[in-house]
Amino acid sequence: MSKRIFNLKSFGTAAGILVALALLPPILPRFYIYILAVIFVTALLAMSLNMVVGHGGLFQFHHGAFYGVGAYTAGLMLTKTSLPTWLALVAGPFAAAFVGLLIGVFCVRLTRLYFGMLQISLGSLIWAIAFRWYSFTGGDDGIHGIPLPSLISSSTGAYYFGLILLAVCLLFLYLIFKSPFGATLQAIRDNPERCEAIGINVRRHQLIAIVIATFFAGIAGVLFVVVEGSVFPDLLFWVFSLEVFIMCLLGGWFTFAGPMFGAAIMVSLRTFVGTYTEYWTLILGIMLILLIFFLPEGVWGYLMEKLGSQKKILEKEHG
Amino acid sequence: MLRVEGLHKSFDDFKAVSGARLTVEAGQLVAVIGPNGAGKTTLFNLITGQLKPDRGKILFNNQEIGRLPPYEICRKGIARSFQIANIFPRLTVFRNVQVSVLSQQRKSTRFLRPARTMAAEETRRILENVGLSDKAEITAGSLAHGDQRTLEIAIALGNSPQLLVLDEPTAGMSAEETGATMTLIRRLVDSQGLTILFCEHDMEMVFNVAQSIMVMHQGVTILQGNPDAVRSSHQVQECYLGGA
Repeated sequence: MSKRIFNLKSFGTAAGILVALALLPPILPRFYIYILAVIFVTALLAMSLNMVVGHGGLFQFHHGAFYGVGAYTAGLMLTKTSLPTWLALVAGPFAAAFVGLLIGVFCVRLTRLYFGMLQISLGSLIWAIAFRWYSFTGGDDGIHGIPLPSLISSSTGAYYFGLILLAVCLLFLYLIFKSPFGATLQAIRDNPERCEAIGINVRRHQLIAIVIATFFAGIAGVLFVVVEGSVFPDLLFWVFSLEVFIMCLLGGWFTFAGPMFGAAIMVSLRTFVGTYTEYWTLILGIMLILLIFFLPEGVWGYLMEKLGSQKKILEKEHG
Repeated sequence: MLRVEGLHKSFDDFKAVSGARLTVEAGQLVAVIGPNGAGKTTLFNLITGQLKPDRGKILFNNQEIGRLPPYEICRKGIARSFQIANIFPRLTVFRNVQVSVLSQQRKSTRFLRPARTMAAEETRRILENVGLSDKAEITAGSLAHGDQRTLEIAIALGNSPQLLVLDEPTAGMSAEETGATMTLIRRLVDSQGLTILFCEHDMEMVFNVAQSIMVMHQGVTILQGNPDAVRSSHQVQECYLGGA
């Protein structure tokens, strides 16, 4: 039985990009290395969200809440306890997945927009706790100067840690995307009623997807702690969740790699346009309008479509 | 195999089904007929769990299934198609059927292994059976309407059902496609031993193929019998064939 998961070309491309990124730190100034690390974190977050939004068709409006839970769990354990560092880093994703399960149990009972509204309310509750509980979470100040081993706390260390973690997570997300679980999830997105009628327990399937997605959001949260050395309540504010949602749309939510692209665009815009004007969201808004009109499948989706049709034309000409 | 007794379902004040009865024996091709609004689709939705009955019994292999969710009814061996093409439009034709076969084989929640090679043989066999093999790699949403309806049946076959429930399988089809679909339905019953329950508007066709016909009018079952008995029934002529 053939078990070739990747077609060799795309696997080669991915490996090439990975090697190129691994060679960058000695060449690039520290600032750009830091920005790239931020892109890794955000890309992982957007990819985890897209598993439920683009592939699962769920209105996961408050994904940032789980990202924040992962970051706060790691941050609090590192500052308030003397537990080993690795345990704090591992605890982040599990805490996020647990909260994902708790909130998910209630949300999957509702459909579409109602799902999204309930999730925003429950997620905002977590934000309120982080924002208000000064004595424990540091309130709106957050937690700063989180102690980390020097191996991963230097900007180059954080960069490599992020790159490796992102690569491993992408591999798993891709395997899930291509697995029977992923195929069924996409079928549920297309038509939940039909899925019920072919013997699929739709709610259970969606709940599992939410738990997996929030687990990966938790990993992104931990990665944020490693890159920034701090956590603050903005991570779980609903406006940020909206931004991550837009990354998925921008990159192309029906594709696998699109959201990474969207994350890179958003982080770059915020960083580079943000230095000229604080109204960088204005430019984002205009881009979104253009996107909806001209590239409804997202930037990546558009490119893939173009490449795909070109390939087909070539095949036709030669065959 | 399937027995429905005294089934009732109301939507607010409207009695969509009020006292329906139906018997389906193994290996039979059974049709439900009745004018628009007679409650045929509601009856099917009650049998396959999309709706919950207010009162009455639905027995499948002597087991009450009236309160079960749709996915459990499907796992007991009843698969269905819908009146409006109800497929997975963004997935390929192959994937549409494969998802159903994977569900039947209880492999829907497997992670980390590629789906591509799983349940592939079974899926290909079904596509061949319904004549969609050459369109396997096309996105389902871009199929012609007739092919989408055929795909619906293929998805239902993916569950290897004992009983197949088809809600107006030829609605919106051309005469040619209708003929092909009826041939397919006959073949499924005659040579593959499937039991099929369907509803249909085209009287001529129903009387040609069905072994047993149940007539519904305003939510009530008027009678069920073989085509000759139904044709000669005074009651049926009065309230349905004549009246319409």
